Amino acid sequence: MSLAEPATLPVATSAPPRLNILKRFTTRFRTSLPAYLLLLPSLIFLALFTYGAMGRVVIDALYQRATPKAPLRFVGLDNITAVLADPAFTGAVVNNLIYALGTAVPSIGLALLFALALARTNAVTSALRAALFLPVLIPMVAASALFLFIFLPNVGLLDYYIGRLLPVLPNWLGDPDIALYAIMIITIWKNAGYYMLFFLAGLQSVPEDVMEAAHLDGAGPFSRLRYIILPELKPTFLFVIVIATLNAVTQVDHVFVMTKGGPSNATNLVLFYIYQQAVEHYDIGMASAATLLTLAALMSLTALSFRTMAKREGGS
Amino acid sequence: MKLIDRLYKDAPLATRHEITPKLGFLLTVLLALAWLIPFLWMGVATLRPASDGINLMAELVPSLKPTLDNIRDAWEIGDFPRYFLNTTIICTGILLVQFVTITLAGFAFARLDFAGKTLLFYLFLMQLMLVPVLLIVPNLRIVAQFGLYDTLAGVMMPFFASAFGTFLMRQAFEAIPTELEDAALIDGASLIQRIRHIYIPLSIPSFSAFAIISVTSHWNDFLWPLMVINSPDKRPLTVGLSVFTATAEGTQAWGTIAAGTLMVIAPLLITFLIFQKRFISSFVTSGIK
Repeated sequence: MSLAEPATLPVATSAPPRLNILKRFTTRFRTSLPAYLLLLPSLIFLALFTYGAMGRVVIDALYQRATPKAPLRFVGLDNITAVLADPAFTGAVVNNLIYALGTAVPSIGLALLFALALARTNAVTSALRAALFLPVLIPMVAASALFLFIFLPNVGLLDYYIGRLLPVLPNWLGDPDIALYAIMIITIWKNAGYYMLFFLAGLQSVPEDVMEAAHLDGAGPFSRLRYIILPELKPTFLFVIVIATLNAVTQVDHVFVMTKGGPSNATNLVLFYIYQQAVEHYDIGMASAATLLTLAALMSLTALSFRTMAKREGGS
Repeated sequence: MKLIDRLYKDAPLATRHEITPKLGFLLTVLLALAWLIPFLWMGVATLRPASDGINLMAELVPSLKPTLDNIRDAWEIGDFPRYFLNTTIICTGILLVQFVTITLAGFAFARLDFAGKTLLFYLFLMQLMLVPVLLIVPNLRIVAQFGLYDTLAGVMMPFFASAFGTFLMRQAFEAIPTELEDAALIDGASLIQRIRHIYIPLSIPSFSAFAIISVTSHWNDFLWPLMVINSPDKRPLTVGLSVFTATAEGTQAWGTIAAGTLMVIAPLLITFLIFQKRFISSFVTSGIK
């Protein structure tokens, strides 16, 4: 007999009500059993590394050691307040906000430009799309290795070609005022091609006949963009903004390879701070508290955007 | 301008004279060329002989005396074959287990009716919302508790269940007509047989889309393996490359760094250039992974 074959449902309604409920419950469970067995492998790993990890963060955030060798003791919200009072953490949050804004806006703007210019499919646009997409594929570490030389003072690629135009050569990664922006350039270079794909997909839903009607009515390219294309791309924008924000928090590999958060914490980002607390300072309590705060911020953001998206779908 | 006119020959007649779209296209062409410069430099610097000196290192015009010395040096200094092997083991291991977990769970959500289906669906969805990368600290503690610290299995384990993959497979399975399954059911095929012989063969495109996303993201993963792996001989490519870069940077061996980077990214780039269309359509579905 097959596992998924629906078991016969109880038809007898004359049985005493309580027995009926119990019986219905066990039958329901028995018919559900195959599904549970199929879900079990996934659920085991989700339980360990998603819910388990989540619980672990909450518990670890509540405990602290007085000295590295001292036993763990319950400290309540002390870790959270300590993290919030740590200038390195608040600095990282501010850096991360600048970094998020400074990478999301240009890369989304460029992605839209690329998508609009390359919306038609032919050999030339396919080649250009591929060129813009290449950075998406390579590891952030590899991109960092290449940009280390590009930003190298004096002999690096940037100084060699455009540095001559400037009166004073900037130290791209060594100057605390510039380093964060240098880091942003890598992220923009790496992500614009990825977001372009979503805009290319979104542009396909712009109705051709409306566009034609618009320029018959004398609408120029900018008013067509403003009144037809952009409203149509609204869901794509929302989606890409969420991804860009998540990337701004999770992509920190280049910070690790290029600056290690320096000079003087100018490029320290939240995830790198968490890494430092856990691996360099062995402070699991602080690392967990910082993780918890970041997760709370990100989850409220994604929940909000999911709700907006669901509302939009329900409304239309 | 002739060339651009030819590109716009299928645009609606009324818009063909408009200048703004053409300027946008030109800007995009320039930016696409700029986007390729780091790759161009990587290729040129890899082949540049050390005798050219540090001052010519940034020159994008290839050297007249190309050499393979940099590649040989990178191959000798970094333990790249070992890193390749480790990354391949990690990516294959994750993908194989994921195929099993997402097929079974995806089938349950697509075709079976069971108590608590909505609740379980949301439990899966939570994985997408929790942003796994952020959970490195608790995950490291869990992996250590299992005694898997400094093992490749420890690197793989947190990724064995994939909500993204489950939803992708659910979608693929839902599109398969139930009549096919009913026929197999009459012939007495068991649940596993039906999945194996009907659902999996008809969902190969979805499996390959998922494989592309899974392999590229784990091939490029850095922070997590960096935390789990301690022994040099268990490093994946990304961690190996970062150590290699740090060493070579000290001696200003930029040609060697370019060669090492080239070796690390070449497999992905070549695969992309062969299966370009498939990569791009997979990445569109990957939105939130």
